[in-house]
Amino acid sequence: MDAIHYLLPYQASPTLIALTAVAAVLFGRGQLAARRAGEPAGLWRGLSFWLGLAVTYAVLQTPIDYLAQHMFWVHRAQHLVLHHIGPILMVLAVPHEVMARGLPAGPRERWLRPLWHHPLVHGPYRVLQNPLVASVLFAGIIYLWLYPPIHFAAMLSVTYYNAMNWSVLFEGLLFWWLILDPRSPANGGLSYGVRMLMLWGVMPPQILIGAYIGLNGDILFDVYNICGRVWDVSPLVDQQIGGLLTWIPASMMSALTALIVLRMWLRESERGPAAAGTEARA
Amino acid sequence: MSGARLGLALLLAMLTAGCAPQEGWRLTNITGLMPRLAFTLTDDGGDSVHGRDFRGAPVLLYFGYTHCPDVCPTTLAKLRRALGRLGPEARQVRVLFVTVDPARDTTGVMHRYVNAFGPQFVGLRGTPDQLHDITRRYRVVYNRDKPADSGGYQVAHSAAVFVFDARGRPRLVAKPGSDAGAVAHDLRRLLAEG
Repeated sequence: MDAIHYLLPYQASPTLIALTAVAAVLFGRGQLAARRAGEPAGLWRGLSFWLGLAVTYAVLQTPIDYLAQHMFWVHRAQHLVLHHIGPILMVLAVPHEVMARGLPAGPRERWLRPLWHHPLVHGPYRVLQNPLVASVLFAGIIYLWLYPPIHFAAMLSVTYYNAMNWSVLFEGLLFWWLILDPRSPANGGLSYGVRMLMLWGVMPPQILIGAYIGLNGDILFDVYNICGRVWDVSPLVDQQIGGLLTWIPASMMSALTALIVLRMWLRESERGPAAAGTEARA
Repeated sequence: MSGARLGLALLLAMLTAGCAPQEGWRLTNITGLMPRLAFTLTDDGGDSVHGRDFRGAPVLLYFGYTHCPDVCPTTLAKLRRALGRLGPEARQVRVLFVTVDPARDTTGVMHRYVNAFGPQFVGLRGTPDQLHDITRRYRVVYNRDKPADSGGYQVAHSAAVFVFDARGRPRLVAKPGSDAGAVAHDLRRLLAEG
């Protein structure tokens, strides 16, 4: 089989391909602009973004997506990337700062900034980014799509399937941006204590649903029996691995990001609250 | 809380769209979830046929292959029993048997195979691209296993039967565990819809 086969989408999504391309072009241009201005390269920052964008694109627009539609555990691994790993890697790069530099100044100031500050955009954003709402949404969206009748619909209907993946990715970006926002509380970021509480708060629901699925003796998701599994794995083993992926690596992301938040917190307290007010960004 | 309200709205939208089991059906209701019957394949008479050619009566769509050791013959036999229970009113119902092994299932092989089950059974085969299209459309898996020493091989595939109404809309799915009685019961209801 040709290598190109592994790079082509199973179900091509023009929207996703276009968005990925726009993000890549803007970020690349932003990086070039920074280099021309003689700013420090920010090697890790760039790598983190490109890796995050690449893994997100890969799980949606390569044959991995075919496997995810027909194996429960691959589906859970896909969501680990869409809801956790991909967004974490992307927001760690604070990508909108770099992308803004990649945009010509005219449209940026004339269109994008007013749009962003428009009440119809900023209002919902502020509601979604309320720490309690964000935490409930983050855990709730996992429960929503794993509720068996809804999961059944999502795995048969292309519309619901796309809605599922888009909502999970969008939610992941919002939540992890709130957690990993490099701005200190004095500069508009969320207080570090609240961030730690949120990270802790979303762990038990993920552990609970992962354990419930992974340790269940009954087949909860028979849609994979209807459409068939790609590999010859017993339905129960498929479900057990999927449950474990929802349970352990997903909640470990909370622990890993808590370390990053802790480091941001320590740095700030070393600098002292007076300095925190004047820093540009981490 | 707007999050909860959003979730609830989404939930309601989906339940009304038909993913919840509805009264009266004995098979799994999939109304509204999958696209209409559409394909281009070759039937066991060697003619090119399209999904729309089968409008006007309920259609059962099943994927398999003639070398299939157990699941396919038992499933097709089950469907024959179900049609037998319906009597003359089911004459217009068609069972489309799409081979996932077109290399061995030539038109002639398919013709002999489906004829053994009855006149309502239609064998369909396609080029790899055509087969890829219809399996992707109905989200069905098929996978050719490694050949044995004798050269024979098996093809893993989905065991479900998709049931379409007279207008070509996917309405129900019969899981491997569904019996002939359940299939007959639901077909009778679909036929009554006209």
